[in-house]
Amino acid sequence: VTAPVHAGDLPATGPAIAVRFHLNGAKVAVEVDPAERLLETLRYRLGLTGTKEGCAEGECGACTVHLDGVPANSCLVLTFQVEGRRVESVEALDEAALEPFLAGGATQCGACTPGVVMTAAWIVGHPELLETHRIRELMAGNLCRCTGYDGIIESVETALPRELPGTAKAARDTAPGDA
Amino acid sequence: MAKLTGQERYVDDLPIGDHLWGATVRSPSPRGRIRSIEFGPGVDWSRFTIVTADDIPGRNAVFLMEYDQPALADDRVRHVHEPVVLLAHPSRDVVRRAAKLVAIHVDPEPAVLDFCAPPTREQIQHGDDNVFKRILIEKGDVEDALAAAPIVVEGEYFTGAQEHVYLETQGMLAYVEDGVVVIKGSMQCPYYVVKALKPLLGRDESGLRVIQTATGGGFGGKEEYPSTIAAHAALLALKSGRPVKLVYDRWEDMAVTTKRHPARIRHRTGVDETGRLLAQDIEIVLDGGAYVTLSPVVLSRAVIHAGGPYACDNVRIDGRAVLTNAVPFGAFRGFGAPQAFFGLERHMDGVASRLGLDPAELRRRNLIRDGQSTATSQTIRDGVDREEVLDLALRMSGWAERRAEIERLNAADPLVKRGLGLATFHHGAGFTGNGEVMLESVVHVAGTPDGGVEVRAASVEMGQGTTTIFTQLAADRLGLDAERVAIAQPDTHRVPDSGPSVASRTAMVVGHLVERACDDLRRHLGLGNDARGEVVSAAIRAWYDDDGRETPTELVGEAVYVQPSHVEWDEETYRGDAYGAFAWAAYVAEVEVDLRTCETRVTDFVTAQEVGRVLNQTLARGQIQGGVAQAISWALLEDVCWKDGAMQNAQLTNYIIPTSDDLPSIRVAFLEVPYEHGAQGAKGIGELPMDGPAPAIANALAHALGVETDRIPLTPERLLAELDRRAASAAETGADAGRRAAS
Repeated sequence: VTAPVHAGDLPATGPAIAVRFHLNGAKVAVEVDPAERLLETLRYRLGLTGTKEGCAEGECGACTVHLDGVPANSCLVLTFQVEGRRVESVEALDEAALEPFLAGGATQCGACTPGVVMTAAWIVGHPELLETHRIRELMAGNLCRCTGYDGIIESVETALPRELPGTAKAARDTAPGDA
Repeated sequence: MAKLTGQERYVDDLPIGDHLWGATVRSPSPRGRIRSIEFGPGVDWSRFTIVTADDIPGRNAVFLMEYDQPALADDRVRHVHEPVVLLAHPSRDVVRRAAKLVAIHVDPEPAVLDFCAPPTREQIQHGDDNVFKRILIEKGDVEDALAAAPIVVEGEYFTGAQEHVYLETQGMLAYVEDGVVVIKGSMQCPYYVVKALKPLLGRDESGLRVIQTATGGGFGGKEEYPSTIAAHAALLALKSGRPVKLVYDRWEDMAVTTKRHPARIRHRTGVDETGRLLAQDIEIVLDGGAYVTLSPVVLSRAVIHAGGPYACDNVRIDGRAVLTNAVPFGAFRGFGAPQAFFGLERHMDGVASRLGLDPAELRRRNLIRDGQSTATSQTIRDGVDREEVLDLALRMSGWAERRAEIERLNAADPLVKRGLGLATFHHGAGFTGNGEVMLESVVHVAGTPDGGVEVRAASVEMGQGTTTIFTQLAADRLGLDAERVAIAQPDTHRVPDSGPSVASRTAMVVGHLVERACDDLRRHLGLGNDARGEVVSAAIRAWYDDDGRETPTELVGEAVYVQPSHVEWDEETYRGDAYGAFAWAAYVAEVEVDLRTCETRVTDFVTAQEVGRVLNQTLARGQIQGGVAQAISWALLEDVCWKDGAMQNAQLTNYIIPTSDDLPSIRVAFLEVPYEHGAQGAKGIGELPMDGPAPAIANALAHALGVETDRIPLTPERLLAELDRRAASAAETGADAGRRAAS
């Protein structure tokens, strides 16, 4: 996907840097410009276009990836910073886990969706977060212009594991008297 | 599912091998003559493809309504960011940095930057008054009625620009294949692109092929502007002989593309003591920006909706769209109606307050009943009980009790003030007046050899659900499983022109054509409309099996738009049936303002609407909630800051749209009265939710704070200024009283 940058067209920002990291379970080695962002490396160098550029300044979350298991805006990460680290992009997500998002009106145009499901997957995998935070707070790093968010929030609730105490889902699913 | 897993290919995701990346060099000045173009030192420009106005093979214009907007400025520029030079290069990064090293030098001329001020002679650039379009609607005798009215209330209202912020920025890919210029990209209207590129490139439809790729939101922002990017990408591809991808980053997208028209709305309203409307005198001025774009039709929708869903015998609505040297304004969900309703519905609260009437009661007394007519003298007879819509919203919000409770709470709480506000409104679906007749939309439904069908329409999927709805309509009509229905990707060499995907027309108008094309397909098969399911499938398979020829004739059912017989419209006098059908709504907003920060939170939002039959609950609810979210944001957050007619805060860092934590859950209720000329009884839905929230919120804020909320966005800064003004005038009044007491 990437066209080579011809030396001499414009000055590079510095000598190329060799970077090795784990991407979606596989080892990856790339040589990048010091100013190259992880988002660009994923999209234009490695052809993983599931990660979207929405704003390129860390506001919209469309480029969310997991960096060592935690959501991060890949537009704010310089590629050399992920040396030796673990990166998961939307391509690594399990399709079955996404079913609630398909049914629940969580996606309209789809441009924010890869980032939304990356954050949602993190919440679903760490329901203990809901002991101290609301879903609306945790999802606030992912802007959506289509849905008004209700469809997204409800889909996250649906996707939460059923048997976890202390979560909104558990509270909602437990009928009075069940305990 | 492709959208969830990141497999959906938007234009920037398309792999195309050996392509170039494009970039655009733009005017630094709002108006003037181009003196020179300077290519900076230290760059090997021979490695770039460079395109200027001289490279345009045909007419230098991006044509839609007028030929006034050049694809590339030639000798003069008329707004900041006007495109002047195009570059292409193999590296995305290099071309973007290089574009900053090209300088456009302009000798300035007097620019118009205030759309409300009359232009001086030196500022005239269109006709003799800079007015792009004027529309006058007259019903009865307004002056007489105002003179005779016991109470006359005046008001002036302003609405700001709004940027679409679709999450996928705009972009196009262009290449030449077998002598045909192929355009692929993010767009709402493939045939608008064809229309624009024909004169520009001097080609006919056969030499131009436009294909919509997955489109990450539109909201009107991808109605007309994509034609400009397509033109640029095509010019670069023709000159370089290589595929060219031109994709805007967020800054460029926000700064240079169209936005919602800023507006000033004035009302003079005569009422009797019971609150009955006797006369509405309304003036609307829209800032059109530097070129005509779609401003005349945006103005049309604004003036037609400006009188609201109320019965009044004497109405005058005078609208103008005027030129300024701002980046041109264009289509945005609601298309002029949200501006008109902000003025009207704020004003209705002003009238209610003058009369000491409950705002809901004033509206109830004036809502159109079947047999009464709108401002354009369109008699409404659709069987909808508009009071029932209002009552539903009042019931859901607990209107009367909650207003009373809030007033008690506010009296007891010095720091946090609450308010409850209402708006009632309507939205006409489809093109205005004879617009649908002029479009002559066509839909094809083709049989496929496996016994299924393929729907061929130019209507695009941009998140609103076209694919789902068309599949459902064709499957239901023919009694087929949804798996048997395919929806063709809009491609102007494969699908007929079914008009643009705008104006809340896709489900209602084009969807109805899908149904009729299904019927036509059955006719070709010798089947009646009662034939369904396997009977239809078997007949389709037989068509291809029994044909006997080597290449069987394709089985294609066709439908062409026919105006419902009840619609009569006079474009000259602006009288008659402006729309075949209106959707009707009442929205209630509850807000909370923290007086320490003047920040507003919307704590509850209730929507009640009648939209004909709801075709798909999830999609319909998504349209309403998404539209309401955009409108809440327009009312409270979205503040375009201007300098020389260009946006200064073209970044999501300082142009704020709401996160999930900034919005309440938006409650949605539908009343359904099927519309016989819409697909399965549907009326348009997409734009309606943009119309009501801003005035409902402004009314709620006025209720909460007792200040004027006649100008949006109602940012904390603006509310603070209003509170200071109230405090100053209270102090003044107090001082006056003190002086009088002393004397």
